[in-house]
Amino acid sequence: MILRGYDLTIGYRDRVVGRRLNIALAPGEVLALLGPNGGGKTTLLKTLLGLLPPLSGRVRLGDRELSDFSSSERARLLAYVPQSHVATFAFTVEAIVLMGRTAHNNLFDAPTTADREMVAKMLERLGIAHLSERPYTMISGGERQLVLLARALAQEPRYVILDEPTASLDFGNQGRVMREIRKLSAAGHGVLFTTHDPNHAMRAADRAFLIRNGERLGEGPTGEVLVRTELERLYGAPVEEISDAVKARTAFLPGSI
Amino acid sequence: MTRSSVLGQLAALAVLIVALLVAFAVGRYPISPSEVVGVLAAKLTGHASDVSPAAADVIWHVRGPRVLAAVMVGGALAVAGTAFQGLFRNPLVSPDLLGASSGAALGAVLGIVFSLGVFAIQAFAFLGGIIAVAAVYAIGSAVRARDPVLVLVLAGVVIGALLGAGVGLVKYLADPYNQLPAMTFWLLGSLAAMSPADLIPLSGPVVVGVLILTALRWRINVLSLPDEEARALGLPVVPLRVAVIAAATLVTSASVATAGIIGWVGLVVPHIARALVGPDFGRLIPAAALLGAGFLLVIDTIARSVSAIEIPLGILTAFVGTPFFIWLLAGVSKTWS
Repeated sequence: MILRGYDLTIGYRDRVVGRRLNIALAPGEVLALLGPNGGGKTTLLKTLLGLLPPLSGRVRLGDRELSDFSSSERARLLAYVPQSHVATFAFTVEAIVLMGRTAHNNLFDAPTTADREMVAKMLERLGIAHLSERPYTMISGGERQLVLLARALAQEPRYVILDEPTASLDFGNQGRVMREIRKLSAAGHGVLFTTHDPNHAMRAADRAFLIRNGERLGEGPTGEVLVRTELERLYGAPVEEISDAVKARTAFLPGSI
Repeated sequence: MTRSSVLGQLAALAVLIVALLVAFAVGRYPISPSEVVGVLAAKLTGHASDVSPAAADVIWHVRGPRVLAAVMVGGALAVAGTAFQGLFRNPLVSPDLLGASSGAALGAVLGIVFSLGVFAIQAFAFLGGIIAVAAVYAIGSAVRARDPVLVLVLAGVVIGALLGAGVGLVKYLADPYNQLPAMTFWLLGSLAAMSPADLIPLSGPVVVGVLILTALRWRINVLSLPDEEARALGLPVVPLRVAVIAAATLVTSASVATAGIIGWVGLVVPHIARALVGPDFGRLIPAAALLGAGFLLVIDTIARSVSAIEIPLGILTAFVGTPFFIWLLAGVSKTWS
């Protein structure tokens, strides 16, 4: 079951954000979406999630149109991890993650013991079980991001789609999120995430998709697409490339000083 | 469920039970709490009670309808306010946000100016509330904006102001000796005229609306998230929002139609409930129902017993609600951010 966008025109009623976009995500694969601010990353993400209808073109999941799925069917296949934000009400971490079970319950159902056990398991898996009873408004930004990831996992989806999961995280939590992304793909999930840091794509993704001004600039395995010349073209700014010949690894520094 | 939230629910229930005993006991014909319990127990078990028939008559026919009405109106307004606070993601929202109260007020003053009967005035008020909210919703949906919730709120403010002007106009044109005092009295809120017959048009909409909101309470948690997140979690956001608005409007309009405008209950009680059981709507809505019922019962008991003339409910809830709310803002604002 592949998530695929065909010849998408994306955007809002009064504003086209991107044109002629073809994108595919297979189970077990990690795809990183890179590009400058305002280039259409988040809009493309929301289109693939079925939250924003494409202006033209089609989004398909397996052999069905995404728009043919009911909202709860869709939520059992695609989970969304938004950028962490402050909630209006001081729900406990457990209550937030329990909301991930919405698509598995009927409209009038209270959370079951099985739901609570699932939530406890996901919190355990991400190493934040100790936060369970804490108010979501009183934990750090990095912890919130992990809580939202736990909520996505509680949906038991096939695909996890994350909007800048490492933004606003400290160095340690960035590493933790990238490790979780690798674990998700090892468990057979397809993962799509946006990032501003090519190093994060190098570290966690199999393939990269470069988007600028709503157009695809390049796509392919991270080792082939993420090179200095491509990144300089993508961001319109100088980039320095650092290579470790022994480990056959590459990293990038922004600017030239 | 944590132990503290269980204690909170029990505290809310205790408030209601004490309020019930006091409300039945206090009045021009004082009845001791043990007599109240005796009369109620006699009714339940079918045995004859040793309490005087006069006391039983006061309990069943004089205080009973009024107490029941206070319980239903208070519980309904508190539940509707709680649901609206979740729906509009704002803890400062009350159930008349979308114009239910101002629509009902215009309906009622029109009924009075046309010299209609009591039930016709109530029907006008009920329909006025529902039509006002339907108009606000229609305007909110017609304006296609990025943030549909914000548009709804703004439409509610605008229509509310227009309806307020309509009420002002009708009052200005009304007969100042017969109609104007009736309007003023109605707009201030009162349960003084409650009869057993009044309970029927009140209880139907209130029971239906409160049951719907209570059944949906776990989903209101998800509804309080940003729209896109709620949809990504698989919630049918738009139908659910319509259902919550419809249920809240039903109970608010029915309450206002029978009791007049009673502010503050739907705003203050959800906060007290939140301090007791936490912000999770699954626990909050039942707690708000119990507390709202107890709160309005206490207010109504004060209204009819502290002075020789009745004090309008809307005035008392404001006198009690305002300082309480300021205290809440200072102290308990940590339960929301």
